[in-house]
Amino acid sequence: MTRTAALAPAPKPGRTEEEAGTARKVLRGSGLLVLAGVLLLLVVLSTWIGAKDTSLAEVWSALWHDDGSYTTDVVRELRLPRTLVGLMVGAGLGVAGAVMQATTRNPLADPGLLGVNAGASAAVVFGIGVVGLSGFTSLVWFAFLGAAVATVLVYVLGASGRAGPTPVRLALAGAAVSASLGGLIGGLTVFNAASYDYMRFWMVGSLAGRSSGLVWDLLPFVAAGLAVALLIARPLNALALGDELGKALGTRVARTRLAAVVAVTLLCGAATAAAGPIGFVGLVVPLVARWFTGPDLRWVLPYSMLMAPILLLLSDIIGRVVLPDGELEVGAVTALVGGPVFIAMVRRRREVSL
Amino acid sequence: MTGTDTRTGPAATAPPRELPVGAAGWRVRLWSGRLSLRLHRRTTVVCALALLCAALTLLVSLCVGAYPIAPGEVARALFYGTGDRLAVHFVNQERLPQALLAILAGGALGVSGAVFQSISRNPLASPDVIGFNSGAATGAILVIVTLGSGAGAVATGAVCGGLGAAFVVFLLASRGGVHGVRLVLVGLGVTAMLGSVNSYLLTRSHLNNAQSAHVWLVGTLNGRGWSSVRMMALALLVLLPAALLLGRLLRMLELGDELASGLGVPVDRARIALIVLGVGLCGVAVASAGPIPFVALAAPQIAAMLTRAPGVSVLSAGAVGAALLGAAHLVSGQFFTALAWVGDRVGWLTLVDESQRNNQLPVGVTTAVLGGVYLAWVLFKRRGTGRA
Repeated sequence: MTRTAALAPAPKPGRTEEEAGTARKVLRGSGLLVLAGVLLLLVVLSTWIGAKDTSLAEVWSALWHDDGSYTTDVVRELRLPRTLVGLMVGAGLGVAGAVMQATTRNPLADPGLLGVNAGASAAVVFGIGVVGLSGFTSLVWFAFLGAAVATVLVYVLGASGRAGPTPVRLALAGAAVSASLGGLIGGLTVFNAASYDYMRFWMVGSLAGRSSGLVWDLLPFVAAGLAVALLIARPLNALALGDELGKALGTRVARTRLAAVVAVTLLCGAATAAAGPIGFVGLVVPLVARWFTGPDLRWVLPYSMLMAPILLLLSDIIGRVVLPDGELEVGAVTALVGGPVFIAMVRRRREVSL
Repeated sequence: MTGTDTRTGPAATAPPRELPVGAAGWRVRLWSGRLSLRLHRRTTVVCALALLCAALTLLVSLCVGAYPIAPGEVARALFYGTGDRLAVHFVNQERLPQALLAILAGGALGVSGAVFQSISRNPLASPDVIGFNSGAATGAILVIVTLGSGAGAVATGAVCGGLGAAFVVFLLASRGGVHGVRLVLVGLGVTAMLGSVNSYLLTRSHLNNAQSAHVWLVGTLNGRGWSSVRMMALALLVLLPAALLLGRLLRMLELGDELASGLGVPVDRARIALIVLGVGLCGVAVASAGPIPFVALAAPQIAAMLTRAPGVSVLSAGAVGAALLGAAHLVSGQFFTALAWVGDRVGWLTLVDESQRNNQLPVGVTTAVLGGVYLAWVLFKRRGTGRA
């Protein structure tokens, strides 16, 4: 990855402020292009690498013609959906994290802070343990519903104050609802071995076995979430200066926060329903993106949207090949791959800011 | 309670000058003014009430349970050790140590939460930020998966794992001094990595082992006895006075490193001492009851809302933590009994199987639900004021 210094050079004395600004824009833009290139490469690798040895040419022809061979099935029915779900989950988590951190003005806010993960997990445990559901397809919608209900609860609680949904109130309401739901999950799973058995695998977070139907199911939610998030980038920038100043700059505070919550719920709810509660990505990717771009969300959001799926797809590929037999779930790999890189970056920076 | 300031030298011999404390506080002088305490009035009241609540939960939890014991009999069992043999056993060997443990662990978690929230200047921080809890979980899971579950071995494994993780975080974060933010970020990375290891271990081990590890991870006081209480009490005897003395430094560090060192605080040493203190407090709590969730996060928040005092108050966070965990322990012990009672009354409704009647809900389940609901209620109740 390019270093911060390269992306934001100090303006030389001979140049005007405007020129320096243009130069910075060009650098940030080319950074985006590099990231997009890396992501494209990973998409190709992700459809290529796996337990079944395939050549690139075979993959290429399988993508365009369904000749009914085993290789085509593997590529079209297993690797391609998995890659696309990984792309959407990654982009969703990265952008949700960035929006969440901006909305709560807490640089350490996790996209799950609004209760999305806890709501989805509680719904899954409830679905297995009490309703008696089983199978991934029925649980996806249960998880999504749980995520939505929990977020609405958090938002209503956080917005109940006279001042509206202030960052601290939102964060605390999220913590309160997440904790209560977490307790319920604990209580249900401690005495019900069957639901715990499903839960321990669901909780890790995995992309394996996702069907192409799921891709089409997820797409509208993720697309809508991304669109809302990108549209509110500018008002969220203004809100970062504080509610008063934001209002003075013409931002409708309450409406922007509501839109932010809707975006986070759509993105994070869809991601969690599809792949389980994957941590780390939504928390750390926006943080690192800010080191490259500065606090402007109009740059942070696209960077997060590309960096997060890079991390997720890379982890998924590594998880496929690292064990001699079987796979390692992507949720277990992301932190093991991203963690050391993140720590090294933290250690290299002289001035650490959030 | 806003801490102590010790005076020596000329200031101590000079005629005592009353500082304007105002209507909101009292001033207490000890040793003819050598040590003076400034007590924020509301904070003192909140502390006293919280401790009273904690004591009350202790008394009530001695009497009630699957085997109810009358208060008189409890007193006889406590002070003379006579009466119904079953009652004597329950009161002295199970209910008293476990209730005491709940209160002490709650206090320890509350104080350590306050310390970490202050150091990282983040209201959502808890001792997990420097990797202690996830390291402890790794240690405990490894012990349970390889050796099976014995409370002593698991506690040892947990403490070793937690200290190991905290140490690694500390080493990786220190680069010519420990910067608060860098510490939190490195802790975040290590916590996430250990979380991966934990979920890998849990998915790859036998379901029975995974399930008992899960119970430990939820946090439970079941089966703990006097040896845990003794260990905890000894540790707190050292750590709590240290916390009171160092609490003053916290407030100075909150002003920022430059200003704090301008005020004569050795910033790095102070921060290291505070972190060691926070980890120690969290460690004794985890060793005795597992990683009980939410107390360390919520207690300082709830304390701050109740006291409306500026800045962290280590003591009130500890008192609120003690009351919180004490109450949670009481509710956990009664949960299945209460469900069974309701089921018996309603008749057609079987809420609890015969086999589950004597089960105890892990206290971690209750702290999360109770603490969460309480925090939500406090938030809702304070909706009229502009503040959080």
